[in-house]
Amino acid sequence: MSTVTQRLNDDWRRFIDSDLFYSFRRSPITIVAFVVVVTLILAAILAPWIAPHDPFDVSTLSLLNSELPPAWVAGGDPAFLLGTDGQGRDVLSALLYGARISILVGLASVAFAMTLGVCLGLLAAYVGGTVDALIMRIADVMISFPPILVALLINGVARGVLPPEMQHDAVIFVLILAIGLTTWVQYARTVRGSTLVEKNREYVLAARVIGLRSRAIMAKHILPNVIGPILVVATVNLAIAILIEAALSFLGVGMPPTEPSLGTLIRIGNEFLFSGVWWVVIFPSAVLVLLVLSVNLLGDWLRDALNPKLR
Amino acid sequence: MTEHNNTSPVLDVADLHIEFDTRHGALKAIDGVSLQIAPGEILGVVGESGAGKSLTGTAITGLLERPGRISGGEIRLEGQRIDNLSQDEMRRLRGRRIGAIFQDPLTSLNPLYTVGRQLIETIRTHLPMSKAQARKRAIELLAEVGLPAPETRIDQYPHQFSGGMRQRVVIALALCADPKLVIADEPTTALDVSVQAQIITMLKRLCRDHGTAVMLVTHDMGVIAEAADRVAVMYAGRLVEVGPVAEVVKSAKHPYTQGLMNSIPTVLHDVDRLEQIEGSMPRLTAIPPGCAFNPRCPHAFSRCRAERPDLMAAGEGAAACWLVEEDAAPASAARATADTLVEHQD
Amino acid sequence: MIAFLIRRLLQGALVMLTVAFIAFSMFRFVGDPVTNMLPQDATLEQRTELQERLGLNDPLPLQFGHFVTNAVQGDFGISYRNQRPVSDLIAERLPATMEMVFAAVVLSLVIGIPMGVYTALRRDSWLSHLFQGLSLTGISVPTFVTGILLILVFSVWLNWLPSFGRGEVVEIGGWSTGLLTVSGLKALIMPVITLSLFQITLIMRLVRAEMLEVLKTDYIRFARARGLTNRVVNFGHALRNTLMPVITITGLQIGALIAFAIITETVFQWPGMGLLFMQAVSFVDIPVMSAYLVMVSLIFVVINTIVDMLYFVVDPRLRVDAGKNTTGA
Repeated sequence: MSTVTQRLNDDWRRFIDSDLFYSFRRSPITIVAFVVVVTLILAAILAPWIAPHDPFDVSTLSLLNSELPPAWVAGGDPAFLLGTDGQGRDVLSALLYGARISILVGLASVAFAMTLGVCLGLLAAYVGGTVDALIMRIADVMISFPPILVALLINGVARGVLPPEMQHDAVIFVLILAIGLTTWVQYARTVRGSTLVEKNREYVLAARVIGLRSRAIMAKHILPNVIGPILVVATVNLAIAILIEAALSFLGVGMPPTEPSLGTLIRIGNEFLFSGVWWVVIFPSAVLVLLVLSVNLLGDWLRDALNPKLR
Repeated sequence: MTEHNNTSPVLDVADLHIEFDTRHGALKAIDGVSLQIAPGEILGVVGESGAGKSLTGTAITGLLERPGRISGGEIRLEGQRIDNLSQDEMRRLRGRRIGAIFQDPLTSLNPLYTVGRQLIETIRTHLPMSKAQARKRAIELLAEVGLPAPETRIDQYPHQFSGGMRQRVVIALALCADPKLVIADEPTTALDVSVQAQIITMLKRLCRDHGTAVMLVTHDMGVIAEAADRVAVMYAGRLVEVGPVAEVVKSAKHPYTQGLMNSIPTVLHDVDRLEQIEGSMPRLTAIPPGCAFNPRCPHAFSRCRAERPDLMAAGEGAAACWLVEEDAAPASAARATADTLVEHQD
Repeated sequence: MIAFLIRRLLQGALVMLTVAFIAFSMFRFVGDPVTNMLPQDATLEQRTELQERLGLNDPLPLQFGHFVTNAVQGDFGISYRNQRPVSDLIAERLPATMEMVFAAVVLSLVIGIPMGVYTALRRDSWLSHLFQGLSLTGISVPTFVTGILLILVFSVWLNWLPSFGRGEVVEIGGWSTGLLTVSGLKALIMPVITLSLFQITLIMRLVRAEMLEVLKTDYIRFARARGLTNRVVNFGHALRNTLMPVITITGLQIGALIAFAIITETVFQWPGMGLLFMQAVSFVDIPVMSAYLVMVSLIFVVINTIVDMLYFVVDPRLRVDAGKNTTGA
């Protein structure tokens, strides 16, 4: 390519990049996604206070209220805005609590995977040699298997190992463990890559030559370099973690109906499908899709904003 | 095709302007370049990277991509205006009447197809030939560019050729349909020094045999001195000097060309140490008023900073510099280049 | 080529051995196989007898050896849950899954590649923007939500298509196929769409990104400079080069499809391996879980090896031995 066009392309691209934050064409979507995510997280945190009913308080449930359609449909009850399920549970309240658990599991497994991945990545890069080879080999194998399968296996094994009486309480931790163990690889690769680059930088070598603690210096330089990519990976993985949790719960090996996540709610709703009770399944599905889509949009935007070289 | 006189130029670029549309307005990349190439002539175009020499070549082949566009001027090929042709008309013309040679032979060929297939598809796109005829022609072309054992090598893949051999194949591809003009963009830059001379010699011989004119774009004055008949020097999107090679090499008129000559180690010059031109070419967003070269020019005076010089006849060529005004009368930009070798006739 | 083939096969064998080890560890250490295999009221003699028969008293490496030897012969033991040989269960379920996955792969390629090519070539058309938007949505909608929506619309509301099962199947030499009956084909439609939706968006995005890269290369610009028609440049040159990485990813995706099939099969009660596996996970039926793991890995390794072979066919740079092919200029 001719050098002039090259240079102009670079200039042109830099314009786009610097305009990214302000671009009117893109921003509305990102802002909407941001608002949706923040609203859902707030609603999830505040669920105990804003939910019109307590879906877990069996004493308030009445079968008289079961399978009520949403308020705006004929036969709906304004007290149950999004209708009720087969046990007379308020769908809106169940949704708020469900989103709470989905987001909680998502964030916790991202935190776990991030910690694990960053530690293993640093270890691989610092120690090198056999340790490095071993960790990266495991990472290769892990990543070549579909995450849902790995998560299912870990989940199945954990439930086989745990004594039955503990299983109910432990299920949320089993989920976090399974999802975390499935998704640490990208963090490890990112951190390892950046660390290796820094390790061979001249200032580190120079520091080593004059007997300074190169690791302390490196740590100071690596952190700002990896924080952007890690943030992007974490955002994208939050969407993935929420999806895996929803899938596991939908498959019946995740959150139990007594403590439902969005996936569990969809599983419950699926059983009502043929009686034409669509609202029990549609609303949790819609919230799940909205949540994942918004997080994905934020991830896309973040990647573009933090790394102008990737498109 | 219109009938044309032998002495009329193969290529006539008049007052070419190229702009890049950006969010912050149009950026002038080529600003009023005019040049002609006579049949069989080799015109060397030199300049630093970013001066607009490759861009000019790209515009002539009609391969300018957005956001770049021709914003003014005319390009005529054998008298026919081609800058306003439709995409498809331009496509028919490429490869048939204008051949192109790119800088990097390693990446110019599709790695998945044999050399023969790429030659044959090009030949058959432009000439009414059967597969067998095209193959025969492909082998002849490969032999002509100096490829040993073309009958067997035609069925090999690009990765089986060395860089120099690949550039020979690229040249064969450019000459498939016997074009009247070849745009060679840095054809030797990516090659080993030992191979460069062979390729240049071969290119020169081929063009003489076929009567093909060449626009040889390069930043290497050595290549120009070796191969070109005339040379055009570009700086910041404008032509600063045009003239016969011997004259420009021996007695450059424009201070920038003088700087270029001095910065090149060559047997033509007896210099103890190489000089470098101070500073660097301005970015397109920040071209100074007056002569674009004035901040770097050792001879700049007040007029250079205020008024932009056009090409003025100087000796056998022309230069865009106020210094030459004293020696010669001013001439129009378009006229000054219609010159020593070509008798322009409209 | 042969050396490469042998190396790939060895690598595959190594992966399979690792997987077998994991499967074996699961079988041996997760829960007590003896307790799981015998009825609640089994006597101590029965226990010791079974322990002996399973070889659980042998040293571990020997046990692993037995496990591998048996696995190679297709013997994965007895399902804890339905007390039948696991290999029989898998064999019954395999055709259903493979037919669905195969149909989904074909569908995702047939739709995904043209969409990717179109969005790459006509980057600014409104249809491209629509495809791009759809693809982001496609990546964000979970498989089971797609399936449920399809069932709601086409089974519950419109009553056009069956919501569960395979329909009528025909036995051909031990392979039960649903492709030959009308009800079988009808039953296939929704599961296949569900399974391929995510793959379509993935392949579309991949083809688009790859094609945009290829279109920027020198040899494509040079092909244009040679005056080749747009059709030849885009489809003869750019597409062919684009499809190289697409082959690899598609190969890898078949593994992912088998995994996604677990969810699809659950939604549509499709009697395949995924449903079997899901039931096994729910009941901690370890022999079935480990057999499934080994089976899926085997399919995985086989497909990856085939993909590598395809590279040889497609990419001439790999076909010829290096060394004797370059000559000096």
